[in-house]
Amino acid sequence: MSVDVTIPTGNREDEIQIYDLHKSFGDLEVLKGIDLVVHRGEVVCVIGPSGSGKSTLLRCVNLLEQPTKGRIFILNDEITDPDADVDHLRTLMGMVFQSFNLFPHLTALENCSIALTQVLKKSAAEAKAIALENLHKVGLGDRSDSYPLKLSGGQQQRVAIARALSMDPELMLFDEPTSALDPELVGDVLSVMRDLAAGGMTMMVVTHEMAFAREVADRVIFMDGGVIVEQGTPEEVIGNPKEERTRTFLARVLDPTHVHTPDDEMPPTGASAHEKPVVPPVHRPNIFGH
Amino acid sequence: MSAITAEGVRPRKKTSPRKRAQRIRIVQYGVLVLLVLLGVIFIDGRQVSQVFFRPDMISKALKEGLPLAFANTLAFTGGAFVIGLLLGTVLALMRLSQIAPYRWLSVIYIEFFRGLPALIVLMAFSLMPLALPGLRIPLDPYGTVWIGLGLVSSAYMAETIRAGIQAVPKGQVEAARSLGMPSGMATRRIVLPQAFRIVTPPLTNEFVALTKDSSLVYVIGLTATSFDLTKYGRALSNTYANITPLVVAGLSYLVITLPLTFLVRRMEARQAKSK
Repeated sequence: MSVDVTIPTGNREDEIQIYDLHKSFGDLEVLKGIDLVVHRGEVVCVIGPSGSGKSTLLRCVNLLEQPTKGRIFILNDEITDPDADVDHLRTLMGMVFQSFNLFPHLTALENCSIALTQVLKKSAAEAKAIALENLHKVGLGDRSDSYPLKLSGGQQQRVAIARALSMDPELMLFDEPTSALDPELVGDVLSVMRDLAAGGMTMMVVTHEMAFAREVADRVIFMDGGVIVEQGTPEEVIGNPKEERTRTFLARVLDPTHVHTPDDEMPPTGASAHEKPVVPPVHRPNIFGH
Repeated sequence: MSAITAEGVRPRKKTSPRKRAQRIRIVQYGVLVLLVLLGVIFIDGRQVSQVFFRPDMISKALKEGLPLAFANTLAFTGGAFVIGLLLGTVLALMRLSQIAPYRWLSVIYIEFFRGLPALIVLMAFSLMPLALPGLRIPLDPYGTVWIGLGLVSSAYMAETIRAGIQAVPKGQVEAARSLGMPSGMATRRIVLPQAFRIVTPPLTNEFVALTKDSSLVYVIGLTATSFDLTKYGRALSNTYANITPLVVAGLSYLVITLPLTFLVRRMEARQAKSK
């Protein structure tokens, strides 16, 4: 799967351009040649089994991981260029982490304003106003003076989103933003992300939330083994996957009790659900004798 | 074996664990009572108090110059601590540097000064002006003590601070960098504040150790106005041939160290709770 356009495209609407991206950790090649262009206002959800390289892909985009090979452009500026102003390009990309990574020694407000005063050199008053506005946006205007550890996981993740939004980024990267949350707290975070998408934010989201991907994504990318296996609209990839690897993965994710059988060659119609897994009887060794 | 003894032979009845614990406790209390009795019988209380706690000597010590000596000890300790902290932070950052020679320098420094007695470093440092005639250490003797003790304590503090920096999760730096912070700013604004919070208890312990080490200044020849607690107590004890002033000086250290150790214990309890 290659992108047959000149590099870079020169199109201002192409916010992220990734060409032939490879990443190895020692002998382990995690990304084996990724080509991907994310357009302005597009919501791209990246799904796939753990170890498929989807988080690494996202972390390469803002260079938290240094690619082994390949080129990445952010708004037509090459971030993989050795002379690139990486710090500046990072201010254009908001990043939300699985484990929130809020600064525990700063309040929610200070978490949102510190980069405004330190990096963007805004005045304290202006930074505070922007930070408060974004905390309101995620529904936490009243918790601005709270320290992160006094907040629930869902609230912490929403502060993390507000922190990223305070930089007024061109695009947002989400690295499994709900994976560390208790199930009842996932909804608040997803609804904030849904609002963002509706507001036209360009988003690249690594997620396990299939319902969210189906509802919000413009494009779903299925990754496995370090390559993009399949991509398309949610209906195409989640609703009617063409590749067998995609079908196997979706069957497992949508029905965790599912046991892989040769029937999986067919689209899941429920036929294989009749086959109950055979649970072997528990064998208790007899230690007492007779 | 067990097959033979298990049949027929009844094992000796063992004392229950609870009973045994009770017996051990009785023995322990018995030893304590015995020691107290021995003390009462053999120690002449009046004689002891005449040597260690003579009231007129206590008031003499307090009046003559104890407050000044107390202030001097605090000044010696405080200055050395500040220098140790600054230098220790630099050494810790060098120890974690990407540049190998910085790491080597830091390791050599740390191992060198941790392995030497503070007394010898202080002596050597007070003789520096002999080796380098042009050298004038400001605020002598305070400057000499601050640098001498600071050099030694920085080696200990560097290791503590390094551990604190490494205890800050990697995600903190990633979050800071993803907001566009350069590496130095991320260290200064995000990592170090958290690292120092983590190592406040061990650093306070270092301050306590330094308070006691400040008694080593007697080797560098002080004038009377710059006597620290130990030197002052010794001088007075020699003058009056009575050890009471030294005891008073010794107890003065507890005025500094006890509240600090108490504080450390509270901080550690709070840290343990917040985890």
